[in-house]
Order: sequence, then C-alpha cells, then structure tokens
Amino acid sequence: MSDDMSDDAIRETPPLRTRNVGRGFSYEEPLIFERSRPGRIGYSLPDLDVPAVDPAAVLPEKLIRSDEPELPELSEIDVIRHFTRLSTWNAAVDLGIYPLGSCTMKHNPRINEKLARLPGFAAGHPLQPAALCQGFLALVWRLEQQLAEISGMDQVSLQPAAGAQGELAGIMMIRAYHERAGQRRTHMMIPDTAHGTNPASAALNQYEVITIPSGEDGILHPQDVAERMTPEVAGIMLTNPNTLGLFEVHVAEIAEIVHAEGGLVYGDGANLNAILGVARPGDLGIDVMHFNLHKTFSTPHGGGGPGAGPIGVKNLLVPHLPGPRVVQLDGDSSPRYQLDSDLPHSIGRLHGGFGNSGMLVRAYCYIRSLGPEGLRRCAEMAVLNANYLLAKLKDRFHVPYPGGVMHECVLSDRNLHDTGVTTLDIAKRLIDHGYHPPTIYFPLIVPGAIMIEPTESESLEELDRFASALLEIEREAREDPEIVKGAPHSTRHSRLNETQAARRPILRWQDPKQLETDSETSSGSSGSSSESS
Amino acid sequence: MRFIPHTPSEVQHMLEVIGAPDVESLFQSIPEPLRLGRALDLTPAVGEQQLSDELTALAEANTNAATHDWFLGAGTYPHFIPAAIDSLASRAEFLTAYTPYQPEISQGTLQAIFEWQTMISSLVGLEVANASMYDGASASAEAALMAMRLTRRSKLVVAHGMHPHFLEVLRTYVGGLGAEVRVAKASASGLSTPLDALVDDATACVLVQRPNFYGCIEDLEPLAELAHARGALLVTVVGEALSLALLQPPGAAGADIVCGEAQSFGVPMSFGGPHLGFLATGKKQLRQLPGRLVGQTVDSHKRRGFVLTLATREQHIRRERATSNICTNQGLCLLMATIYLSLMGRSGLRKLAELNLAKAEFAKARVRETPGLELVHAAPSFNEFAVRVPDSAQAALARALAAGCVGGLDLAPYAPELGNAVLVCTTELATREAIERLVSSLAANPT
Repeated sequence: MSDDMSDDAIRETPPLRTRNVGRGFSYEEPLIFERSRPGRIGYSLPDLDVPAVDPAAVLPEKLIRSDEPELPELSEIDVIRHFTRLSTWNAAVDLGIYPLGSCTMKHNPRINEKLARLPGFAAGHPLQPAALCQGFLALVWRLEQQLAEISGMDQVSLQPAAGAQGELAGIMMIRAYHERAGQRRTHMMIPDTAHGTNPASAALNQYEVITIPSGEDGILHPQDVAERMTPEVAGIMLTNPNTLGLFEVHVAEIAEIVHAEGGLVYGDGANLNAILGVARPGDLGIDVMHFNLHKTFSTPHGGGGPGAGPIGVKNLLVPHLPGPRVVQLDGDSSPRYQLDSDLPHSIGRLHGGFGNSGMLVRAYCYIRSLGPEGLRRCAEMAVLNANYLLAKLKDRFHVPYPGGVMHECVLSDRNLHDTGVTTLDIAKRLIDHGYHPPTIYFPLIVPGAIMIEPTESESLEELDRFASALLEIEREAREDPEIVKGAPHSTRHSRLNETQAARRPILRWQDPKQLETDSETSSGSSGSSSESS
Repeated sequence: MRFIPHTPSEVQHMLEVIGAPDVESLFQSIPEPLRLGRALDLTPAVGEQQLSDELTALAEANTNAATHDWFLGAGTYPHFIPAAIDSLASRAEFLTAYTPYQPEISQGTLQAIFEWQTMISSLVGLEVANASMYDGASASAEAALMAMRLTRRSKLVVAHGMHPHFLEVLRTYVGGLGAEVRVAKASASGLSTPLDALVDDATACVLVQRPNFYGCIEDLEPLAELAHARGALLVTVVGEALSLALLQPPGAAGADIVCGEAQSFGVPMSFGGPHLGFLATGKKQLRQLPGRLVGQTVDSHKRRGFVLTLATREQHIRRERATSNICTNQGLCLLMATIYLSLMGRSGLRKLAELNLAKAEFAKARVRETPGLELVHAAPSFNEFAVRVPDSAQAALARALAAGCVGGLDLAPYAPELGNAVLVCTTELATREAIERLVSSLAANPT
C-alpha cells in the first residue's frame, strides 16, 4: 500500500512516459438514426389489462398526432452498443486528470451513486405529503445545517439547480433586500476576473455592471472598490479565491466599504474547495453565496450537469430565501420535518421541485464520508497539488501573477509567442499526451490563459506525468512547432472546424431521403449529415 | 481518507519541490483573523458501510413508487425505466466528464446531445432545440424571457392550467425585469377561458400548458392565431412529455416556442430533480435561444464531428449581454432521455402513450360509474384527470393510502374552487387491479 511508500520508493519510480494513451480500439459509430432498421424494437410493454382505446374515440381528430416523430427503430443491443461506443470517445475524470480550472473535477465516489439510487430517494415525488417523506426531508435539513457550518452562513436553501441559478437567486435576494428598504439601486460591481455567469445573473435583475479592475498583483484593492461604491450600487460579487487562484486578501476591508454604503456582498462559491475547513465565506463579510455541489462536494459533472447550486445567507437575507423551506419542529412533533410556504418576503420559487434532489443525496454522502478533517484535507491537498504543478512549470511557462496560489494556477502562452504556438495549440497537444486540457483563455484578463485546477484527487505521479507533458510540449513548440499547431494527432477526430459549425448551423439530423423530397419543393435546403470519410 | 491519494512522504516531497516548510504555509495569503482557527463542527466521518446503513434508514423512511401503487403525477410522472438506461448513463466516460469544451475528446457527449436535439425538436414539431434547461419550470421561464427579447414586449399572458410551480418560477424569473403576468381563469370544462381580452399589442407571448395541470388538453391552433394576430408568440409548455407521442406537435399547431419537462423519458422522479427541461424553437429565433447548442461540423480531414456552437449567445462569451446565465445544465438526464427514446423508438413511444391513455380512460370510466365520485372536467385528457370525492380530499387520500396507494394530489391548495378534488395520474405502472382499488378507496369508507 502507498502508506508504506518511502522517499526511496519515490525516487525508484521508473522514468516517466508523458503519454498515457496509445493505440487501442476506436469504433466507428454512426448517428443513431443511421443505425435504424424498420421493424426493430428495443422495448417491452406490459400487457394491456384494460380495454384498448382508439385515441380517435376519446380525442378530437385534429388533436391527435398524425406524423411519426424522428425516432430510430433499434433492438436493445443496438442501443447499448451505440451508447457504449460513444462513451469511449470521451475523456473523463475516471480516465485521468481533468484539470479544468474553476470546475473542480474531483473524484466522484461510487457509494454516493449507489445510495442516491435507493428507491426511497429515486422513486420519491416532490409533491408527496411531508409525513410520507420524513427521511428525505431530514436529509435536506441536515445538509442545510452542514453547508451553513462549512460556509459560516446562517441559513441555506438547497433549491437552485446549478451555480448560475444560485447566483440568480442570490442577486434576486439582494434586490429584494434593497427594495424592502425602499431603495432602488441600479448597479452591481463585478471584478474583471469573474465568471461570465456573474454579469449574466446581474443583468437578469436589470443591474448594470460596473467592472472592478484587479490590481497588478491579481487581486482587488479596497480603493478601487471604494471609488465606485455609491448609493446606486447594490453590491459586489466576489469569487474567493478568485479565478487566478489567488486569495482576495482585502476581502474583509472591501466588504466593510460596501456595507458602509448599504451594499451587500455576494460570494461565488465556485472555488470553495480551496478553503474548506480553513476559512469560511461567512467570516469574510460575505452576505450571500452559492455552493456548487458538483464541484466542491463531488457530485458527478455528468457531461455538463446536473449540478446543484444551494445558496447560503446571513440572517438579514433569510426572509428573502426561495420557498418552500424545510423546517424542523421539536422532537415531539409529528411529522418532525415540514414545509413552510408562508414566506411573504421570499423571492419565490426557483425550481419545480425541491431542486436537484438526487445531487443533494450525493453531496450529503460526501460530507458524511469526509467529516471535518476530511474536508479540510481536501483543501490542503488541492492547494498542495496546484502549487506543486506551478513549481514544476513556472520556469518554462509565463506566470502572469507570480507567487503562491490556492487551488488553481494560471499560466499563459506568452513565452511561446515567437514560436507561433498558442494556448489553444498547447491544449490540443495535451490531448495527444492523454490529458484533458485545462480551462483556456479564462480568466479574460490573462491573454492566452491556461488555468489549471488539479484538485486533491490527483496523485503525485499523475501530476508529474501531466507536468512533464506540458514541459515536453513547450520543448516541441520550440523545436517542432508544426506538430503542436496540428494537434491533436491521436484522436478519432482532428481539430474540428468550429467556424463552419457556427456559420452554417446544423443542429439536428435530417433524413437524406426526406431532404431530397423537401428540396423538390423548396430549394436551398441543407443539413444532411453525411460521413465523408 | 480513501478519496485522496497523498502519503506523508509524498506530501513532504511535494513541499520540498514547492519550497514550502509545511502545508499550513501554503495558506499564508489568508490573513490570520480571517481563518477559522478550529475544526468544522460536523459529525465525524463515517466509512462506506456505516454510510450505507445511515442512508438506507433515511431512504426507508420515505413512501415511494416502489412501496406503493402510485397515482401522483402533477408534473413529475411515474414511468417504468428500462434497465439499459442506468447501465449506460452510469458509464464513467459519461458520468465523470463535463461540458464538452474540448470536442476532440468529447465526441460521445456531443453526438448524444445532437441526437437529443434531433429527437426532441421532432417530437415538438420545431426546427431546433437546445441541450437542456434545469427543469420544466425554468425552461418555461426562459421561454418567456426569450419571447420578451424577440418581441421587445414585456406582458405575459398565461392560459389557465399552467403548473402552479411553473407559474411561480416564471414570476420569480421575470420579477426583476418589470414584466406583467396576466393569468386567465378556468372554464367549467377545465380549459382556459378565452384570452382575447388579455392579449394586446404589448403582449410578448401567450403561454399555454398542454395537457394542462388538471390533465385537460387545449386546442393550440386558436391560441396561436390569437397570439399571432397581435404580434405575440405562442409558447407551449409540456408537463408530461409522453403526451407528445400522441398529440399534435405544438409546432405544427403554430407554437413558436415549445418548452417543458422531459423527466418522463427515463429519468427517475427523485423528489423532483434532477429532471430535464427542454426548449425548442424555429430557426428564425435561434439567436435568442438560451443554453448550450451542439452543431455538426467537420474536422481537418473532413470527417463529420460535433461541437458546441453559437456560443456568442452564452454567458461565458457575452457576459451581461448573454441570452441567459445558464452554464451547467442537465447533461446526464439528457443522455438518459436520449437512450430512452432510442429504446422506445417511433413505434414504442406511441404504443406506450396509447397504453397510458387506455389506463386513464379505464380509470375515468370507473370513476363515472362509482357512486360518490365524479370527474371534475369534461375536456379530453391524456393520462391525468381530476376526480371529485365525496368528503375531503385529505380523507379520500388517507383511505387510498390505507389501501396501498398514493392516490394523487389534493387540489385544495391549488384550486379550492374545484371543491374536494384529487388529481389522479395513471401511467403504464398502474395495473387494472390497483386502479380499481384506488377508485373504490377514494369513494367511501369501507364498511
């Protein structure tokens, strides 16, 4: 076991190969519609134990569908092979480091998957009476308490379905707070390092965005906030650590400046993993924040979601939390957990149900598995990993903001400008070495940014291989830039033409036979999906 | 800690490379007064076995569709889920990937999204669909926002029978934008009263749910004509996606935007989420469509492939001028629905919809012939309908529960004017025997 590993053992590790992919099976697989064969079926239906009904006998003729939808006809094995083959074309955390900055692609424990599938969770309904779902409501209530303790906020709502919806809820609460005080504030301050969701969420509340420039050291400075903080400003949206991986050292002073003018401080919790158990947003002057359960609390990212974006608030915003809320009554009451919908100052409902409940079960499991020491260990090892990568790479790659980082580090392609190799090329060449690239060209204030968040899940040898691959690419850029510019070379697809995709959008498959018929009546029809290889 | 690989000697080695004396020193940029300075006050960690016991106990404290015959729908529907779906969607390459920013190593996710866009746009009868919204409620709200952008108008007219939670979410979303929301009243049949008096030249869109919350099926064509005559759009909301296999595609009836909830396509009820919002429209409105879109293209060897496209609509490019703030969506639920629709195919989905219809018609017939019960509405329905019970809905549902059924939704909080009414849903899961047991338990106290 690794626990026995000594320093000697580390030195004896064989020389690193930077590539961790080679030749292997790579199946061709058409679109599922092209696999379709008339008459095949992949389903079984229960016997009809009631009289058959002709739809035309009970529904007006014009309301009945007369055409067939574009669905394939396939057997179960066809469908299983199709999606299994598609899956093999994906990179994934379970295959290797997936170091997307600010996405916290950490390990997704399988026990959480198993437990979220228990029928008592997966086959429960959002509208069943509270008395019939006390176990689920207890879990919701406990998770709210856990997140409040972890964040230092007073109360939490689990309803938002993703971080961006949590942001939307948070900004709505800030607006509701000011409106309740009879104030119509019109602007929101957002740092130039912020995620794009921040200004988009502010705009959905009709706030005009005031961009706060970061200082030369990559963090916000109180005077830049003070200069812009007026009675028209509703508040500020902070991400701490910020997207450069730097702790906003002046956060408390900035919060004071904003509070002194009656504004509120929003905390984007995307980077919470860096400070778990070390510092708490609620202790930094944050009034309202969201959590990304799919980042910090390990619910799987699912190829783009589902996530979950709970929000935590200080007491002054509790009346504005979305409803309904789960409340715990004293021990003798039955049922003990109930829903409270009598919330006159609530911003209202954000989700048709309780939120992404299945993700809440997984996050609860994760927090229970780690406990207080384990959560802090996540932050420590995540920060150690990011600093280790930075130490390995800083001599050969431009580091726009030198110094220690938290959970992620940002490099750029500036040192390679003379070679013509860009950040995009580096990212694509990393694929040839078997790694998912980092987040690129973000944050926007770093031209050619390469934003690496390894998370605590990555081992020393995975980090060493990844760093060696980047260093190898840097050498290639100087010695053989064309091989980098033409990357990836090892994937099923070479670089894809995104310009063409946007210029002539083909957003669904159309049956070529149907297209021929269409083009007889209307010329200029396009959209066929023909494989040309 | 089994999720974190670092051994003490490895940590030491890494600190030496960094040039830091200890792990604590890596946090030196956090000012001392801002640090927590104590351990988090959480219960200690438990191992996998203990965790299983704890969660199993919590799960068993919940009545669910595996313990009871289930007639509660109202926006979240109990359907059978073929085993292949969870098996495929649990594959790590789908489960532990993220948004397909790097198309060369995300073709699996991208192609599946393209397939979903094809299926759902065809089901609703429109040209383009996005790669999911959070749920039916937020999809409806985003549809309304989209209509407001397209028409530059700010009045929303909602036909009677929109899911009350969808309506609440809609109001939450537009609350900050100064929009006016007008909701039509119910007619006795269960359909909406005419909207002529509500729709005017300031109306951005008419929103109508089909079937509506009470299960009644609205004819969309007159609503489309009415909306279009005043320069407004018709937004059709679909709460039970299976109905699309049986009913006229909303796009064919004149809907400009179709949105809704596709949980019925192989996604567990799971206390309301994660589910699968969808949003579709015509090509002309494409630039105002929120959310991710996957498009077909070619690689440098002219091989067909797929990429995220038209990102200039989105928050990470356009920031405060984006069409929406959505980033993470419901990708894995989209995959589950795509697998579901692939298995069901064009014949299976229609047959399943007809099976649901037959179950509901059987249940309605039983209600009609049972003394003490009556159907609340005369309008045609799909797999859900309201039943008036002889005493309170609470009492009737308690009898149903005693008979092993979660019998439906008490409509009193949503539509008190209907009297003692229960909203009952019958899908393929409802056996004839269970339906008969439900109906007789709703009717009266057993003597």
